[in-house]
Amino acid sequence: MTDWLLVLAGGLAGAPLRYLLGVDAKFRLHTAFPWGTFAANASAALLLGFFSEAVTDGELGPRLQLLLATGFCGALSTWSTFSYELLTFASARRLSMAAGYLVLTVGAGVGLSFAGAAVAGAVR
Amino acid sequence: MRLHHHTHPDHHPGAQPAVVVAVAIGGAGGAAARYGAERIWPTGASAFPWTVLLVNTVGCFLMGVLMVTSKLRFPGSPRLISPLLGTGVLGGFTTFSHYTDNVRQLFENGRPGYAVGCLLLTVVAALAAVTAGAFAAHFVLGRGYAAQDGTR
Repeated sequence: MTDWLLVLAGGLAGAPLRYLLGVDAKFRLHTAFPWGTFAANASAALLLGFFSEAVTDGELGPRLQLLLATGFCGALSTWSTFSYELLTFASARRLSMAAGYLVLTVGAGVGLSFAGAAVAGAVR
Repeated sequence: MRLHHHTHPDHHPGAQPAVVVAVAIGGAGGAAARYGAERIWPTGASAFPWTVLLVNTVGCFLMGVLMVTSKLRFPGSPRLISPLLGTGVLGGFTTFSHYTDNVRQLFENGRPGYAVGCLLLTVVAALAAVTAGAFAAHFVLGRGYAAQDGTR
């Protein structure tokens, strides 16, 4: 029961933070590029790399893992909105925008995951 | 470069408290559903992460269905439905960070083939799923996709 509550609590914080990043980016930047979703996915990838390595090293217990990794980072990041944004670009014939957004997000995400894990390993 | 203002059904002008609450509730539910899937089908750190791949694929398909359906059939639907179900439930259900973390762990655990496979297969599956969901909704709702493509 506690396990589920921890995941729910993490999701309760992560999803609205992603939404607020989207609103903020839209108002600040006024571009078609979804910087809000990008910021949410990139920061979640960095944080989860850190938390995941901390779990591997035994520094982060199973409860914090459910709250921070499964709940918070899982809900802060998204594939569904990301994929729909890509489809929107593609169906508007903005293929270079779609390809750039895809490569930038996936490249930054994997790179930041390694970076987060490296930081966790270094501060151990 | 300043481009024209791009409206998206996920995005509303300003952060309205009711929308934030709807996204939070939906996100909690979506995250819990993903956790349920991970408990039913656990995958080890060196195994291919089928569960996260499946979760993300299903979530992308449903996002395609939801966005097209709400646009074509329910344009006047309550303004909290799309944030609740799309940004909230499906956003919280699918996860980009667990995808990148799985790729990293597979590399670090000496499974580069699985890592590259997961990296590419997820992209292909997500794009195919969201496209299939959008097409399916257009088909069922009886309109040609070409006439009503994803632009607004």
